[in-house]
Amino acid sequence: MNYHAVWSIYRFEMARAFRTVMQSIISPVISTSLYFVVFGAAIGTRIESVEGVSYGSFIVPGLIMLSLLTQSIANASIGIYFPKFVGTIYELLSAPVSYLEIVISYVGAAATKSILLGLLILLTASFFVSLRIEHPFWMLLFLVLTALTFSLFGFIIGIWADGFEKLQIVPLLIITPLTFLGGSFYSIKMLPPFWQTVALFNPVVYLISGFRWSFYGISDVHVGVSVGMTFVFLAICLAVVAWIFKTGYKLKN
Amino acid sequence: MQSIIQVENLSKVYKTGFQALKSVSLDIRKGEIFALLGPNGAGKTTLISIICGIVNPTSGRVTADGHDILRDYRQARAKIGLVPQELTTDAFESVWNTVTFSRGLFGKAANPAFIEKILKDLSLWDKKDSRIMRLSGGMKRRVMIAKALAHEPSILFLDEPTAGVDVTLRRDMWNLVRELRANGATIILTTHYIEEAEEMADRVGVINKGELILVEEKATLMKKLGKKRLTLELAEKLDRVPDALAPFNLAIGEGGTTLTYSYDTNAERTGITRLLQGLSEAGIRFRDLDTEQSSLEDIFVSLVSG
Repeated sequence: MNYHAVWSIYRFEMARAFRTVMQSIISPVISTSLYFVVFGAAIGTRIESVEGVSYGSFIVPGLIMLSLLTQSIANASIGIYFPKFVGTIYELLSAPVSYLEIVISYVGAAATKSILLGLLILLTASFFVSLRIEHPFWMLLFLVLTALTFSLFGFIIGIWADGFEKLQIVPLLIITPLTFLGGSFYSIKMLPPFWQTVALFNPVVYLISGFRWSFYGISDVHVGVSVGMTFVFLAICLAVVAWIFKTGYKLKN
Repeated sequence: MQSIIQVENLSKVYKTGFQALKSVSLDIRKGEIFALLGPNGAGKTTLISIICGIVNPTSGRVTADGHDILRDYRQARAKIGLVPQELTTDAFESVWNTVTFSRGLFGKAANPAFIEKILKDLSLWDKKDSRIMRLSGGMKRRVMIAKALAHEPSILFLDEPTAGVDVTLRRDMWNLVRELRANGATIILTTHYIEEAEEMADRVGVINKGELILVEEKATLMKKLGKKRLTLELAEKLDRVPDALAPFNLAIGEGGTTLTYSYDTNAERTGITRLLQGLSEAGIRFRDLDTEQSSLEDIFVSLVSG
């Protein structure tokens, strides 16, 4: 293992986040705070509690998950896309670094940033609503697994994209709608039966449900299914990344 | 002399169907400066990119210091430093950080003293905290070299190292390359400036349309393929070359005031004595004479256009 290389890339990526602290950290925190103000304080007080949890508190896991998914993808995709865009990828490809080390360093840095952001949003939320975390271990596990999985997904997007538009397409047109429709702001049990069935085809439902369970012990699907689905997404992303490096797709041809 | 890079039957066909390399075989000797010449699109950068691990080969084999570049890529790549053609740098990073990053990327522990030495050698020390985006083109080129040297490679690829730099910096870089070679490094450079190859290379390879058409010691090449020209400035204007002088293939210059004779310096007889005698017998007098050796550029042009 080329530890020096892994550490160099990781540190470089983390430094980039702190250099763009406004864009990487402050902006998502402000956006999420606005959600709390609008949906928690303003509208939330007029909405009944959901399964015994006040609406403001109910949306916290969903909002954290929303930021976690979008930021994991954004961090990892730009991390690998930018060297491709400016041409510095030559150095990475010519270095004695294995594919695994490249993935560990880029995805590790992206996931670290997302996890820090998730925890920061959790802290921010605690200023607006009352929170309880019934299963802290599971909460952290979901946080880490989701950050890793979607950072891997972002890494794939960063390799695939050959322009900034493509870089934005998947997060904007797929991830954000799936997250909004995946139960960030409601329980899918509140939907008519037909749409409940449709919602189960949305992978984000499992992530939010499991994450919310770790907070309040309530979920749309069994927590075991949520964990299982998270691992399935992780395995799919790992398989795609392995294929990318094996074939040199969009990197070495 | 011991080979440090061995290229065997290397071919590359891109997805578009374009064949950039056609079964190229080449040995680079340890400690030499090897210049790879070729017109645009000849395959120079593809060849370098494959050796450095940036592009996958279609077939063939490459070893660097005995290590297969695919199977033993870690050992092979650790030996190699690359200065690419384009000025591709992290614009927002400082010089110090980007060079330190390169050292770490190649698996070397941090060594601030060594980085300091490189930056001082390349006259970058006073710019170490500057963001790369604020540097001039020449300075950026130096940063690229510093990055390539940061992990102390024994093989250095310079892809068009002096493209777009001023004459002073070019001379500085030539001195730097010589210094690196003196310290034991093997240098492979591609260049459009034939003057650069003529000035620095021990051996020259010419690649054209994906094929390596020639590899030769520079001195031998110039001796073997180099011609000399004798130009005579005539005392009186000449309309046509007399028939008696036809065997010399003389060329009349513009205005009929010069005669040029090309000859092979390696031939047993250059024919100069007989020419001068013939001129005298034909009553052609001259005021001055000049000889000129053909340059590497002339040889290169005749090779790739032939």
